[in-house]
Amino acid sequence: MENNAFYVALSLLVNLDASLFQIVVLSLQVSLLAVLIAAVLGFPLGAAVALWRFPGRGGVIVVLNALMGLPPVVAGLMVYLLLSRAGPLGELGFLFTPGAMVIAQVVLVLPILAALSRQKVEEMLGEYREQFVSLGMSRGRMMPTLLWDARFALLTVLLAGFGRASAEVGAVMMVGGNIDGVTRVMTTAIVLETGKGNLPLALGLGIVLLTLVMLINAGAYWVGERTRRRAG
Amino acid sequence: MTSLNASLLASSAVMPPPALCFEGVAFSHEDKLLLGPCSFTLDGIGPTLVMGPNGAGKSLLLRLAHGLLSPTEGKIAWSGEGRPRQAMVFQQPVLLRRSAVANLIHALAVNNIPRRVRSKLALDALERFGLSACANKPARVLSGGQQQRLALARAWVLSPQVLFLDEPTSALDPAAIKAVEAAVREFHQRGTRIVMTTHDIHQARRLAGDVLFLSGGKVREHTPAEAFFNTPVSPEAQAFVAGELLE
Amino acid sequence: MKKTLNLVLAGVTAMGLALSAHAEDYITLASTTSTENSGLFGAILPKFEEATGIEVRVVAVGTGQAFELARRGDADSLLVHDTAGEQRFIENGYATERADVMYNDFVLIGPANDPANVRDAKSAAEAFAAIAKAEAPFTSRGDDSGTNRAELRLWENAGVEPDGEWYRELGSGMGPTLNTAAAMDAYVMSDRATWVAFGNRQNLTLLFEGDNVLFNQYGSLLLSEEKHPHLKHDLATQWHNWLISEDGQQAIADFKVNGQQLFFPNAK
Repeated sequence: MENNAFYVALSLLVNLDASLFQIVVLSLQVSLLAVLIAAVLGFPLGAAVALWRFPGRGGVIVVLNALMGLPPVVAGLMVYLLLSRAGPLGELGFLFTPGAMVIAQVVLVLPILAALSRQKVEEMLGEYREQFVSLGMSRGRMMPTLLWDARFALLTVLLAGFGRASAEVGAVMMVGGNIDGVTRVMTTAIVLETGKGNLPLALGLGIVLLTLVMLINAGAYWVGERTRRRAG
Repeated sequence: MTSLNASLLASSAVMPPPALCFEGVAFSHEDKLLLGPCSFTLDGIGPTLVMGPNGAGKSLLLRLAHGLLSPTEGKIAWSGEGRPRQAMVFQQPVLLRRSAVANLIHALAVNNIPRRVRSKLALDALERFGLSACANKPARVLSGGQQQRLALARAWVLSPQVLFLDEPTSALDPAAIKAVEAAVREFHQRGTRIVMTTHDIHQARRLAGDVLFLSGGKVREHTPAEAFFNTPVSPEAQAFVAGELLE
Repeated sequence: MKKTLNLVLAGVTAMGLALSAHAEDYITLASTTSTENSGLFGAILPKFEEATGIEVRVVAVGTGQAFELARRGDADSLLVHDTAGEQRFIENGYATERADVMYNDFVLIGPANDPANVRDAKSAAEAFAAIAKAEAPFTSRGDDSGTNRAELRLWENAGVEPDGEWYRELGSGMGPTLNTAAAMDAYVMSDRATWVAFGNRQNLTLLFEGDNVLFNQYGSLLLSEEKHPHLKHDLATQWHNWLISEDGQQAIADFKVNGQQLFFPNAK
């Protein structure tokens, strides 16, 4: 069956199956957008927790770290209850749309980006703080400088977040509904085909997904290495 | 911190800084008295070399003077028009992951210098400290001596009235030490008060205008350089100048 | 690196805009995984869309979850196979009417060597009793779905309360349950449609069929306008009516897998 699966994956790719293409594009759109939004929210959040002392700070750090392990299906359930017509944000009509899937994945990825960026920024502050204070920087002013200086480490953090988003199925299944042509992504398609007993096809889709993620990681690594050499 | 005036930067000299007064200043950490109580005044142009054996509290004193730490007892005050522009250079230079010139431009940006003059000021400073060839290199790949000169160039570009240096050459080879000391003299010539710690008595002899001598967390002497090196008064200073090891 | 960042940002913003584009006329239909997995929707929905221009978006979940979606107003229409549950739904005011649409039947699947000798059973009750007596491994969906509820009624019908290490409740959909049965060489009750379309049979084969009690009725529900005024009632009504119309019924009958018709239209 394993040989079968590789053959299936290859023929899927070679034939550029139209519905597969649509699923792949949607998967990328949802996960990349989710990671971007989570980064815009999560990196400043992580840096802020690193920079400022406030009551309950230790608790915030513990919660952020713990939420990295939030089960996707639980995140999906929570977002479903929010977006359901019977729920508080039902009026928006977001349920069973790609938008809902992005929201659910942001919930999953945000803790990862915030917790890991906090860790990194706090580490850097040990080295930078005195010099920054000497230069006259306020803590708010330190934030963008620290985040930019940490960019290589943060790139890896982003990849971790993207890995989490593109790999999960529980959340997108719950809030997206795996609707053919509308909210079906790679992972939910794999679950569907497995459920139908089409194991070679399911595995083939899995190989396509892995290849995609591998390519993205390779691209990020290449960009990272090139710029790292230029920035020291 | 008093704001930098762009027109002021055009001129080379800086306004003479107000005097710095330590009154009964002490610093404790976790119930352990690390420095003081001590009282002294820093005025004039220096260079004031803060000396003493390791663990005497020199770095601590510097950080208190610069405002990085607050004393647990006593008062530290600037006379006259208040807190002057200051800069500090550390034993290990702290540079950002960007080019040498970008590091300087960042410091200018942080101090609200208008964008259009930043590049010129940065490049001029690099030239002054012999770093023009390194302008676009990543700051972190420069040698130890170059990095320290870059840190000094960054301080220069902010036209500080007081420059604090914490053992800036202890990690460098002789050629680099010479270059850094030359840079320190540039600041001195511009009118910046130098306050520098060192454990190298020869360096002190080369640079000092006056010496603030610490041992065991207390100020033992504060005298002009010649007086200190030739006729030290306190027993600790005498031992130190004679080259003996002190606790 | 900054340049790459800007490019990525622009690209993703464009994506975001693309994602938010909404389709024209569509309804959300909550239905069951067994119906979806059979491939029925792939066959009949294009015909409906051609006739009316309405897109039907199927959210396929377990029967219990389908009812919950409809109860919360997250679906415009409901197509399930749990007549008793459907009637309760109307009684509770969430739906205004139901209509018989089609039926298929359940079949008993098991390992080819048939340790409980289900092949020779004369009725479904006998077959189930035989499995319990032999304590042969049996995988149940255990997910409160229409199929699961039917299965439990059949045990009752056979006078058996299934309990013990041999009776394995999985909490899964039909497909995953069949996968597990195949891996365990266990007996399993499946709807015919899912079984016919199922691709991972391994050692499993069809052992018993045909008893009337294995009859599985599908119903379409018209949801209450009062409870959820925001739903697309007009479009949903068009769908409901089409299903029970001559065209819809014919479309259901025309759907075949491997030459076999899986669903039998029986709208009145």
